[in-house]
Amino acid sequence: MASTATLRKPASGFRISRKMLPYVLSLPALLVCIGILIPFFTAVIYSFQRYRLSQPWARQFNWGENYLNFVTDPAFWNTLKVSLLYAGITVTLELLLGLGIALLLQRRSTINNFISIMLLLPLMIAPALAALMWKLMTNPSFGILSYLASLVGLHDFRWASSPDTALLTVILVDIWVYTPFIMILLLAGLRSLPTQPFEAAALDGVPRSFVFFRITLPMLTPYILTATLFRLLDSIQQFDIIYAMTQGGPGNTLTVFQVEAYLNFFQSTNVGRSAALLIILWAITYTLSNVFIKNWLRLRERARGEA
Amino acid sequence: MYEKEKDLISAFLRGEVDRRGMLKGLGAAGIAAGSAGTLFNMMSTQALAADFDWKAHSGKSLKLLLNKHPYADAMIANLQAFKDLTGIEVTYDVFPEDVYFDKVTAALSSGSTEYDAFMTGAYMTWTYGPAGWIADLNEWIKDPAKTNPNYNWDDFLAGVKNSCAWNGQPGGALGSEDAKQWCIPWAFEQNNITYNREMFDKAGVELPKNLDDMIAVAAKLQKDIGGIYGIGVRGSRSWATIHPGFLSGYANFNQKDLNVSADGKLSAAMGTAESKAYHAKFVQMIQESGPKDWSTYTWYQVGADLGAGASAMIFDADCLGYFMNGGDNKMAGKLGYAAFAANPEATASTPNIWIWSLAMSNFSKDKDATWYFLQWASGPEHALFGATKMDFVDPVRQSIWKDEMFREKLNGKYPGYVEMFDASAAGASIKFTPQPLFFDVTTEWAATLQKMVAKQVPVDEGLDQLVESINRQLKEAGLG
Repeated sequence: MASTATLRKPASGFRISRKMLPYVLSLPALLVCIGILIPFFTAVIYSFQRYRLSQPWARQFNWGENYLNFVTDPAFWNTLKVSLLYAGITVTLELLLGLGIALLLQRRSTINNFISIMLLLPLMIAPALAALMWKLMTNPSFGILSYLASLVGLHDFRWASSPDTALLTVILVDIWVYTPFIMILLLAGLRSLPTQPFEAAALDGVPRSFVFFRITLPMLTPYILTATLFRLLDSIQQFDIIYAMTQGGPGNTLTVFQVEAYLNFFQSTNVGRSAALLIILWAITYTLSNVFIKNWLRLRERARGEA
Repeated sequence: MYEKEKDLISAFLRGEVDRRGMLKGLGAAGIAAGSAGTLFNMMSTQALAADFDWKAHSGKSLKLLLNKHPYADAMIANLQAFKDLTGIEVTYDVFPEDVYFDKVTAALSSGSTEYDAFMTGAYMTWTYGPAGWIADLNEWIKDPAKTNPNYNWDDFLAGVKNSCAWNGQPGGALGSEDAKQWCIPWAFEQNNITYNREMFDKAGVELPKNLDDMIAVAAKLQKDIGGIYGIGVRGSRSWATIHPGFLSGYANFNQKDLNVSADGKLSAAMGTAESKAYHAKFVQMIQESGPKDWSTYTWYQVGADLGAGASAMIFDADCLGYFMNGGDNKMAGKLGYAAFAANPEATASTPNIWIWSLAMSNFSKDKDATWYFLQWASGPEHALFGATKMDFVDPVRQSIWKDEMFREKLNGKYPGYVEMFDASAAGASIKFTPQPLFFDVTTEWAATLQKMVAKQVPVDEGLDQLVESINRQLKEAGLG
């Protein structure tokens, strides 16, 4: 009957047939998806063009030339190397530190709760502002960290202004800002673990190292994978800390993907090259995400099977 | 009330009485400086309005994009005069220089109609012009119906005016017959020496006469004074590191950034023996007497250190030295200025120049009204106001440099500034080759300098790599 086949909206008299309802309900998601996909495919198209804003007359499809040029361009290989190195080192160190701090704060107490809130403060600061703060603290003439370094015999330590120590400096800033993120995720994971296995191990007098490696760590792995995935995707797309501290220098020491793409677009107005760099970055993050999500799903399946 | 005084100011504006005579007359009439200023502005507005229909666009509104700079401050301080004169409403956004040019690129490349006019440098117009983002201002400058008769385009310093005009051909000469006037110069900077007179006296050193001398003087100052460094120059990984002192000295040795062949093809020109020798000396100077974190230095740090007494001299924009000699800077009143020729065989300084200019967006909704603003902001009245009452240095109009009050202001508070300017003005021009890959070339050049200073690469090898890379990029862009 007509009355059951349609939904009525009395106020406006607007009718939506029951058949159309699923499409209407999924429309917002479709619109969001289009909003994401249009810029993405536009970037893909640009990446196959010789397209400089300063030479609009020379704009044409050059198909894979932007990508082929990367093969023989040492600057690109340097970008790839620095980006992977930066992401690898920061995530590893943040994971170790975050896990260590989370273990220390695992027991619920007023002081532990207070410390965990305090430790979150760096995460509340915009990374670009944190970088500027560190830039002042590491100033070789008046920075507090330069002064402290001189007390331990590191005179004339040049921090971000030397190619030897620039990577170390921006990694320190990244660790300072983002370790709390990993710490809070793992702390939540630790506090949500079932207590029975730990109580049984304590009754049996199992050594702490055994408990950590054979009980805590395996049970915490889904949380570790989630935290690592988030941080890895963010780290490999690092921009603000590096750009605010060194603009990618000294030399080409810190020209990671985002910095290089940004400079290519805004300074060189080389849209084609900038888009190609970003598409490669997307491919890397997509691959990494897939690897992590597959592992995460596998672990979840295993956990269900064991249950 | 004040009729006599108004007559006196009108006589001055008609050129019948000189500035000194006018001021003397106003003083005798018991007019205080504040009242005299108000009267002067009022009479200037009336004089301007008398010869031209400034109200033609009354009721319209314009929006400007401005960089946070004393030149913008001077314009904003005088903006009410424009509004009163034309009846045009003006709003503006001001951004710090770190992000300013990115904002301009974003606004223009998106075809946004939000801004009608904006501040720019001449180098930027080599991108904006061919991209079709800005208007050729010749259309308005040469139209007497749209430009007020007192604008006096010929009053602009020829070298500066021509530096803002380019025909769009890569390597084409600036200011050529077929050039388009992409922007109007507003104020400009010559790159010379600003030095701390007390420190020079204390160390017993003379002003450096060439690059070798500069290396030695900077080292001696650093050693003898203690707690300071010898010379401030920019070092960030940006085009801004190349254009001031570095390129001015480089050009003094008759070296170029690019070669232009007979068929208009471009190629990198930094690989010559003279270029390598210059780079080696400049790098040595930074290593021995530059700031420790030189590779992060922008104009801001270079100026701030000089003003705070952390450096003994800078080889940078003259107006940066001007700003640091006033305000609440620790070293205010202690700085001196000198023209500098890096090449011992050169007869004079040949500074590269940076020109803060005004350009019109091609996406402006009302270009005629926008031109009203541009001609007022770059006109003689505002230039005089900026130069005498604000910090609008270096002015681009010859008449301002001849103005007694302006010269007296400089000679009183900034000793040596006028002499420095006069000594290098003849050789001052843009030393870069105009071409669309300007930012690619200069950013990579700065990155190479950083590698050399950090001893990541020897100077000769670094320049060979730079030449190879730039030639490859020029070829890829169809320019080489």
